[in-house]
Amino acid sequence: MKQVFSRPASLKDVQTHFCPGCHHGGIHRLVAEALDEFNIRDKTIGCASVGCSVFLYGYFDIDVVESPHGRAPAVATGVKRARPDRMVFTYQGDGDLAAIGTSEIIHAANRGEDITVIFVNNTTYGMTGGQMAPTTMPGQKTSTSPYGRDIKNDGAPFKMAELLSNLEGVAFSARVAVNNPKNVLQAKKLIKTAFRYQVEQKGFSFIEALSSCPTNWGMNPLAANERVGSEMIPYFPLGVYKNTENL
Amino acid sequence: MAAIEAGVRCYFGYPITPQSDIPEYLSRELPKTGGTFIQVESEIAAINMVLGASAAGVRAMTSSSGPGISLKQEGISYMAGSELPGVIVDIMRQGPGLGGIDASQADYYQATRGGGHGGYRIIVLAPNSVQEMYDLTMLAFDLSDIYRIPAMVLADSVIGQMKESVTANPRPTTVLPEKNWAVRGRGEGEQQNVVKSLKLGDGEMEAFHWAMHARYQELGEKESRWEEYRTEDADLIVTAFGSTARIARTAVEMAREAGHKVGLLRPITLFPFPKQVYEALSQRCKRFLDIELSTGQMVDDVRLSIARDAEVDFYGRPPGAGSLPTPEELYEQIKKRY
Repeated sequence: MKQVFSRPASLKDVQTHFCPGCHHGGIHRLVAEALDEFNIRDKTIGCASVGCSVFLYGYFDIDVVESPHGRAPAVATGVKRARPDRMVFTYQGDGDLAAIGTSEIIHAANRGEDITVIFVNNTTYGMTGGQMAPTTMPGQKTSTSPYGRDIKNDGAPFKMAELLSNLEGVAFSARVAVNNPKNVLQAKKLIKTAFRYQVEQKGFSFIEALSSCPTNWGMNPLAANERVGSEMIPYFPLGVYKNTENL
Repeated sequence: MAAIEAGVRCYFGYPITPQSDIPEYLSRELPKTGGTFIQVESEIAAINMVLGASAAGVRAMTSSSGPGISLKQEGISYMAGSELPGVIVDIMRQGPGLGGIDASQADYYQATRGGGHGGYRIIVLAPNSVQEMYDLTMLAFDLSDIYRIPAMVLADSVIGQMKESVTANPRPTTVLPEKNWAVRGRGEGEQQNVVKSLKLGDGEMEAFHWAMHARYQELGEKESRWEEYRTEDADLIVTAFGSTARIARTAVEMAREAGHKVGLLRPITLFPFPKQVYEALSQRCKRFLDIELSTGQMVDDVRLSIARDAEVDFYGRPPGAGSLPTPEELYEQIKKRY
């Protein structure tokens, strides 16, 4: 019998700590498939961030450097400049990238660092227990926005894929989701595109991946998955926001 | 210049007086050697780029002054926790806050006590001349690589802005340990390399702290450095570091000319603090005078190092415009105590 599906070689054969229904696992898998596809696992260095994504080294069978909260794009800059022939990516959550690390991501993008950034947006701080994130949606209740996010008080959610696409240094920017098979296939394609940009030394590539967070949203996995489609995607539209190959 | 000769591959920095000469020089010279120079968006980004480049196994550095060094503490703590080498040049200026740009030694505590969170130490070298800026910067790279502890070259605006001739004498090649822990892509190693400071295993963090404690002890035994001037028969030993030690030396020379038996002890490594020489000298000489451009910080380490029946007096000029002492002023202080 022909085997048609297996664990990507870039992923370790271990159980993750992610909660049931969380999309991190699926996004990890798509990133690993991209590393396998280009056969770059042995020359790739991952930059882990602070949050649920910190255990990158536990799941990916690649060299990993841990970064302080929000600083992964600066750490990745150091790694890439030290070893320009290696593939370097960051994997960051929304609190990490769009709040405490706003400066680092914008400047790394603007310099056009030849790295790939995987940004997981689940509209909350997962690891610390579901506080309001820079991407928390208007009216969304969290442990620090118990009356719902009030954009007069807290500002509006950041739309990072759009924001970064305006910078000259950004070569590729897209938003994907993994809430249904169709979106998974599209996400797989665009994550591969992002890594292909780096393989071909085309500059900074950015993927925003929408994710559920059933535990901190107070939902069961199915309802949380449903919310990605019904609430998040209308507010954070999927698509390619910048693709310098088409210019 | 010393950094380039030491083989630095990456410099990341942000302009701040009185250290901007360093990035200006390296922006011109480092690219010529194939190295990377980036003027970054913040001090925080700079130290994190040093972290990344160092994790990838190359020599990397940054430089700044007080307010910028405060911002870098987050990254320095992560580097200490991840056992990463790296060199930080701190040209001290006045503080707290924005302070001013005149010479200061008030960041002694910040430098020698680690500076950031978590309980760690970094190697601190205190040059008192342009020649030593050169020599100690090279030494900082070597010690940092050997012990896998970040190293700081701690000077002030007097030394940082000084023009003196330098003899280029690259350190003899030390055999440095191979960086087999660096992240380079699995292809180069047998197994996955991970550089991290998160230690969640039962007993893992405690073991790390004791291991580092032992490494700091080893540093103290093997790498303590100091300079003595006419201490052999001294009845009073003046002790000072960096630029203050230069002024103090002139004052000590004046005292000697007047027939007073006064010597000078200048620590070159501030961490490890050369307590063995204080211990030894205080067996015979019972009076010390510590002079600093602060209200007294290093004096704590002197007190902890000298024999129990020896005494240390303190004279300080906290940093600020017009507070740099003259040799005559220090000579008066010596005479008062002699």
